Amino acid sequence: MAGEKTLWISGQLAEKIRAHGAETYPHESCGALLGRDSEATDDNSAREVLALFPLVNRRDDSPRNRFSVTAEDVLDADRAAQKQGLEVIGWYHSHPDHPARPSQYDQDHAWPWYSYVIVSVQNGSPQEMTSWRLNDDRHAFSPEGIKIRHTATV
Amino acid sequence: MPVKVIIPTPLRVYAGKRASAEFNAGTVGEALKHLTTEYADLRKHLFTEDGRLRSFVNVYVNDEDIRYLAKENTATKDGDTISIIPSIAGGCCPL
Repeated sequence: MAGEKTLWISGQLAEKIRAHGAETYPHESCGALLGRDSEATDDNSAREVLALFPLVNRRDDSPRNRFSVTAEDVLDADRAAQKQGLEVIGWYHSHPDHPARPSQYDQDHAWPWYSYVIVSVQNGSPQEMTSWRLNDDRHAFSPEGIKIRHTATV
Repeated sequence: MPVKVIIPTPLRVYAGKRASAEFNAGTVGEALKHLTTEYADLRKHLFTEDGRLRSFVNVYVNDEDIRYLAKENTATKDGDTISIIPSIAGGCCPL
């Protein structure tokens, strides 16, 4: 797709997101993506995940199909990012026994700009992982390519 | 009475890439109205179509959540900082 955004991540961090989804199965996992975004200078330049900030799913009432990150958790993630010279560039969560596609509920509650990484966990085993960004009009998500950086990150 | 409104990172693209803006406002609601008048593209991300703050939009005056004050009628005074803090939610599907 022309102009499709790209999210870079190391294989190690991608594996951690998948492992978190397996660990919390059959409940949804969630966490913050900390990294850098250089799109201010070039619409097609990539953003990169350089660290994760795993979080506790606050939706005790329905953790199998919902996740929630409180404002306090968001502030904690912001502080963790700043300590590392990074910023919160997105969020990840798992879809237990469902495809790695954003739901209407995901869309209704999404913020623009952030990358939303979803990992499908089938019978406890992590499968496809995708990333999405909410369109400006809030009416749909656009897919964001995930590229694995194979060189070691510092 | 200028108050400072901190714009969260995901919304800065709709506010001329600014991290904050200052307005003369006597309440939180007035400040947010000024903000979304100056930067109209912000409105749909902060408010529902019937004009209520979206459930995942949290607003603090200094360090106090306005839900525990007078919500959008919370009075502001010179030098106050209004922060818009996201909360994040989602999930796969109806069970």
